[in-house]
Amino acid sequence: MPVCRRGTPIESQDTESMLTFPKGGAHPPEFKEQTAGLSIEVMPVPDELELILGQHIGAPCTPTVARKEEINEGALVGEVKRGLGVPLHSPVTGKIKAIGTSAHPMRVTAPSLTIGVDHEADPVQYPEQDWQSFDGSELLQKVNDAGIIGVGGAGFPTHVKLNPPAGSPVDILLLNGAECEPYITSDHRQMLEHAAEIVGGAGIILKILGINECYIGIESNKQDAIKVMTAAAEQASTGDCSIKIETLQVKYPQGSEKQLIQAITGRKVPAMALPSAVGVVVQNVSTAKAIYDGVVYGKPLYEKVVTIAGKGINKPANLLLKVGTRIKDIVDYLGGLEPGLSKIIMGGPMMGFAVSSLDIPITKTTSAILFLTEDEIDTSPHSQCIRCGWCLEACPMGLEPKEIGIYVEANRAEDTEPFGVFDCFECGSCAYVCPAKRPLVQFVRLAKMKAKRP
Amino acid sequence: MIKQQVSDDQTTAPVKLWKVSVSPHIKSSESVEKIMWTVVACLMPPLILSVFVFGIQTLFITAVSVVSCVVVEAVSQKALGRRVTIKDGSAVLTGLLLAFVIPPGVSPLLPILAAIFAIYIGKHLLGGIGYNFFNPALLGRAFLLASFPVAMTSAWLSPVEGFGIFSYLGTSIDAISTATPLAVMKEQGLAAFTEAFGSGAGLYTSFFLGWRPGCIGETSGLLLLLGGGYLLYRKYITYHIPVSILGTIAVLTWVFGGETYFRGDPLLALVTGGAILGAFFMATDYVTSPTTKISQIVYGICIGALTVLIRLKGGYPEGICYAILLMNPLSTVLDSWFKPKRFAPPQGGAE
Ligand code: SF4
Ligand code: SF4
Repeated sequence: MPVCRRGTPIESQDTESMLTFPKGGAHPPEFKEQTAGLSIEVMPVPDELELILGQHIGAPCTPTVARKEEINEGALVGEVKRGLGVPLHSPVTGKIKAIGTSAHPMRVTAPSLTIGVDHEADPVQYPEQDWQSFDGSELLQKVNDAGIIGVGGAGFPTHVKLNPPAGSPVDILLLNGAECEPYITSDHRQMLEHAAEIVGGAGIILKILGINECYIGIESNKQDAIKVMTAAAEQASTGDCSIKIETLQVKYPQGSEKQLIQAITGRKVPAMALPSAVGVVVQNVSTAKAIYDGVVYGKPLYEKVVTIAGKGINKPANLLLKVGTRIKDIVDYLGGLEPGLSKIIMGGPMMGFAVSSLDIPITKTTSAILFLTEDEIDTSPHSQCIRCGWCLEACPMGLEPKEIGIYVEANRAEDTEPFGVFDCFECGSCAYVCPAKRPLVQFVRLAKMKAKRP
Repeated sequence: MIKQQVSDDQTTAPVKLWKVSVSPHIKSSESVEKIMWTVVACLMPPLILSVFVFGIQTLFITAVSVVSCVVVEAVSQKALGRRVTIKDGSAVLTGLLLAFVIPPGVSPLLPILAAIFAIYIGKHLLGGIGYNFFNPALLGRAFLLASFPVAMTSAWLSPVEGFGIFSYLGTSIDAISTATPLAVMKEQGLAAFTEAFGSGAGLYTSFFLGWRPGCIGETSGLLLLLGGGYLLYRKYITYHIPVSILGTIAVLTWVFGGETYFRGDPLLALVTGGAILGAFFMATDYVTSPTTKISQIVYGICIGALTVLIRLKGGYPEGICYAILLMNPLSTVLDSWFKPKRFAPPQGGAE
């Protein structure tokens, strides 16, 4: 049995035949069994939603509605007039109750719309259209109109990613189904239950990009998804486009963009560059599903599959939620909190954000909400660096987290640029393996604030 | 780092405290304590064996050394206003290693002095664990060797007869001390050496298994190798440092160690003089060794070469101690020369 360096053993991984990135990484326990077998469940819409106006990277939306205005499900409620961004749509039929601020996971508060839900309204029907009849630029416009952003994490507007700069021709599309963060199973369930739509989304992206090669990377701990997706991909692969499933080793951070590209294509994205620099576009599988819905049905992105897990919640689940649903409504629906709850995390335990209030609403990029008890999280105090070098070995970017930490502690954060702080994407592998439990990601963030960008 | 936040309405709901801290929220189960105590455990078999070889005296000296290291660590940390971290096992390990490299027949005063020097001056005055650039146990030994040269080079015990482990108690040191194998070889030549310790396969076996005079840490190469092997298996150490040290010692001894070139005895060089203890347990000390793989190999080769040089040309048969101490402060320098390979440089090549 291959024993993964300072992680749990990886059972029966036939590592020979699987792809992975060569350097660094860790193998935190997967903890996916709690929700991996649970089908996506539609949660009844709560009475009120809180729609944050800045869901994506870029400028936040300006509201296009006024207070007390009646709106329909799918109606435009906000748009970005200037700069990077995508439009925002109402997830429900109802009435704008307030235009104000709400609690936000990363910033303390953020501008938002409060929508009162009209439970009587009929659900909106979206007729199916034949997407093959649209050309590339029409499809791209539809992706933008549907308000689609990278739902796997950062929330980068998808139509921008699908329109790479003229100087860098793209020849490969990668769909990211690695889902390497512990606990999270929302992409896994999407692949099992919506394989055809995901593969269809891939076909649409291929047409937009004008290329014909797509690989879908899935970690080997999701064998059932690999099977279903392979079948769907075979069906969709025609003479002029090939969609293939690649099995990836279970290793964190397999789903990070640069690592995924290296694992599947062998290409290395240079520092400070976008994947298109090496001819690759990466999209999350759930984003592909959103693209399919947005193009084929004209349905904007306002629903999200979210994994709710951890020992601190009464009933773990994979829920289909309206964007804007507050955590407290989810907790109520799932039977309340369990005693011993210690930390609430939006996202995965490696890169997610701890939140302090149940009033925070989910956004288009929320993929999980974890309710972790004391014994599930790390609470040990950190000590001085013992120079074991494990963090160097774990860093997939080849950085020296220990040096960054020592410099920051010595109030020399501004001198850390040579150690590559700006290459760090805060995956947390270094902090995960550190035996002195040093908050290395925290140090890197402080360093990034003070150091000068090259 | 962890700040507590009070959420919700404090007047109605019971006050809820949720932790808010920066990701990652989970960490591996490894810790400094776990590493240190595992290394300590790996040193237990040779210690127990030494009781049967040299008598109960070794246990006494070890206990004195460990206790004084722990006490000095606690007192230093208190005095310097730091958090007392004796539970992390690093002081215990230092004490154990110190006892392993001094002759078992010395007065108990010596390890106490060494502990004060190694832990207070060598570790805490330099900034505490992580900042000490000399291996504290070896620093303690070097200090003793400089201050008490006679006791440190003569208080060796020859193996006890049968299982008479208490036979040395009460005897005076002078009566029982004997010379170590490498010293015999160096000062009296190979003939006297074979006469005293036998020859051929029997010689290697007795050294490998531990039946000869020396310090505790030299007793059994086999048990030390097993301990080192376990650390490798647990991935607490990697092969880079031990293999490059032992390989270099073997090759250089083979080339230069004999009467003529290429007539040296590499095997004997490995099983004597604490080479195995040094390579697996001393040179791999995290704090004082380099962190990247290439610098670890360079470090190991330098230690091996210095060891052979000191053994053959210098005055100290157990040269590996000085070789490691000489290389200790260079590990950060090596690290700054051999940086880990970055993922990919920025486009255009410019930094
Ligand atoms: S330094 Fe950054 S990129 Fe490297 S392991 Fe740590 S968090 Fe990940
Ligand atoms: S893993 Fe932690 S203790 Fe080890 S070198 Fe890195 S920061 Fe230091």
